[in-house]
Amino acid sequence: MDNAPILNVAALRARVADEDLDILKGVDLAIKPGEIHAIMGPNGSGKSTLAKVIAGHPAYEPTGGLVNFDGEDLLEMEPDERAQAGVFMAFQYPVEIPGVSIANFLRTALQARLEDGEELDLFDFQELLMDRMELLEMDPSFAQRSVNDGFSGGEKKRNEILQMAILNPSLAVMDETDSGLDIDALKIVANGVNTLKKENPDISVLLITHYQRILNHVTPDVVHVMVDGRIVESGGPEVALALEARGYEEYRNAHAA
Amino acid sequence: MPGNEVIQGLGLDDYKFGFVTDSEPVFRTRPGLDAEIVEQISARKDEPEWMLKRRLKALRIYESKPMPQWGGDLSELEDTLRQTYFYVRPQEQMERSWDDVPDSIKETFERLGIPEAEREILAGVGAQYDSEMVYHSLKEEWESKGVIFDSIEDGLKNHPELFREHFGKVIPAADNKFAALNSAVWSGGSFVYIPPGVELKTPLQAYFRVNQERLGQFERTLIIADEGSRAHYIEGCTAPVYSTDSFHSGVIEIVVKREARFRYTTIQNWSNNMYNLVTQRALVHRGAHMEWLDGNLGSKLTMKYPSCYLMEEGAHGEIMSIAYAGDGQHQDTGGKVIHVAPNTSSSIVSKSISKGTGRSSYRGLCKVYDGAANARSNVECDALLINETSRTDTFPYIEIDEKSATVGHEATVSKVGDEQLFYLMSRGMDEAEAMALIVRGFIEPIAKELPLEYAVELNRLIELEMEGSVG
Repeated sequence: MDNAPILNVAALRARVADEDLDILKGVDLAIKPGEIHAIMGPNGSGKSTLAKVIAGHPAYEPTGGLVNFDGEDLLEMEPDERAQAGVFMAFQYPVEIPGVSIANFLRTALQARLEDGEELDLFDFQELLMDRMELLEMDPSFAQRSVNDGFSGGEKKRNEILQMAILNPSLAVMDETDSGLDIDALKIVANGVNTLKKENPDISVLLITHYQRILNHVTPDVVHVMVDGRIVESGGPEVALALEARGYEEYRNAHAA
Repeated sequence: MPGNEVIQGLGLDDYKFGFVTDSEPVFRTRPGLDAEIVEQISARKDEPEWMLKRRLKALRIYESKPMPQWGGDLSELEDTLRQTYFYVRPQEQMERSWDDVPDSIKETFERLGIPEAEREILAGVGAQYDSEMVYHSLKEEWESKGVIFDSIEDGLKNHPELFREHFGKVIPAADNKFAALNSAVWSGGSFVYIPPGVELKTPLQAYFRVNQERLGQFERTLIIADEGSRAHYIEGCTAPVYSTDSFHSGVIEIVVKREARFRYTTIQNWSNNMYNLVTQRALVHRGAHMEWLDGNLGSKLTMKYPSCYLMEEGAHGEIMSIAYAGDGQHQDTGGKVIHVAPNTSSSIVSKSISKGTGRSSYRGLCKVYDGAANARSNVECDALLINETSRTDTFPYIEIDEKSATVGHEATVSKVGDEQLFYLMSRGMDEAEAMALIVRGFIEPIAKELPLEYAVELNRLIELEMEGSVG
């Protein structure tokens, strides 16, 4: 069973809740444990919608198909249940939670995973937090700041990576994590993913990106091209390079024809 | 799902202080209010003639003033007051030891955790049950340094000169209708004196409990922090849940003398059938520092605007408040800072949370008189709305008659957003946990000012309230 996909998306259709038109028009995607997949596509192709549907964003509504995660029907689960099952999404625009420290936030997230009546050991938590921050070369004082409150773009990404390191998911969906980032911030994300991957080779990663550049730092096993709500091509890293040279125009035209 | 907000009433079951104690009062006046009732209260307290005269005069002022037409809805209050007992005496005398307090009353305070808190974290405790203080004690350490912490009645009896010098001077009866009412029928409350230079290491606490149905509670507190002293006073309030409305109208007068620092903290958690109309004011003298820390969680309607009158050069006043308005509740709160002298400074930080059909209003005044050169004031009020039906309003009044004054005002309204909830849920928290975390973060700047035990209790109360907030 080792080769069974951890994530299996089949004929998935979805739209913005209360709107008529589907954005996803039949997406098929299978990710095996430990694989890194990249989905590239132009603006409006639906790649970010796919990430949000997998994580369970309430503004999106699946209209057909299925998403199976580790043998479970993901679409039937609440966002918190998906997280507890092992799905993690790094946000494109992480949200500010003023007055709540990163440490407190992470402690609450871990506590939520325990059975009723069970208490998170604070000493163990502190140790885990320090260990993860050291691994990611972060200053311990970072954990005392309010979640994303007044953070630079790079700090927000750093915070997403730290959360991923603490919550230890089996599938990490990176939703356009590299958009609008300067090269230093982009390296934070790439190094974070590589470091965590090295430590736990079984983590699967779905990297959603508009640009090829992050793929210079994280090497995908499979690259998909998404256009107009469908995956139109899949292959190795060479797909990304070809795309860089030719642009999306060709796919669009082919699709329109 | 987030966004699909089904508003569930909290239900009164969540209010854990709503129990009734079966205790027989030793005396109570008939319902309603007139001069005869005022005379009965004064006679019961064995008061000097001047105090009775003051009460009767205050009653006339009360009767002559119309009900306020601003703030909350007081249209049913006159009916409520006709049914109200203005004075209910729970026992014959005030005790100095918990052992001597009648069992039923003692049990009430034990359920509220007061004797335990007294042992562990407080310098002294006063406990009021209905209209009278039933218990008062001060640790020997402070008594020997000349600190006075007593019921207001004993303050009048045992320290008549000090009492008369200040009583009704900070808040005269004519200040407003409810200050007049309190001045006519006041009963219970604390008399506090901190001698020059004495620094109280732990807080004094007064605890107010209403047990009798249809009671009006009118405590009166007078605090004098003498030159260079430092102290912290905490007030807590709860009541049973009755189907009829009750009424609480306190008056708190504080004199902060030169270079003294005083903090007054309120954690008001009345049941949702309580009108809570309170006047709190401090006169702050040269170089002195006054802080009001005001937490309003319960009641049907609260109207309360703690104020600092900055009377002399270098005086500083701070008002920090948290208001929580659940279903059917209205918290009309805020603060007033009056700059009379040069180089005075003040700050108001007000945070409110409205849930369900709850309504919170910030109402504040910043006044700088001509001649209060270089006065500085900053007001910040933030409102958080939990549901579509929740409401908040801001009424800031700013009157500046001094050119060199610097005054800032900033107001924000935020709604707990679907994006925020989704972010937290995508980390594994359920919706109620996510909501509670957002609210805790919102009040954190004020909660961190509370003694730890109270901050923990406040967070716990908020969590309890949030459990019913999402569908």
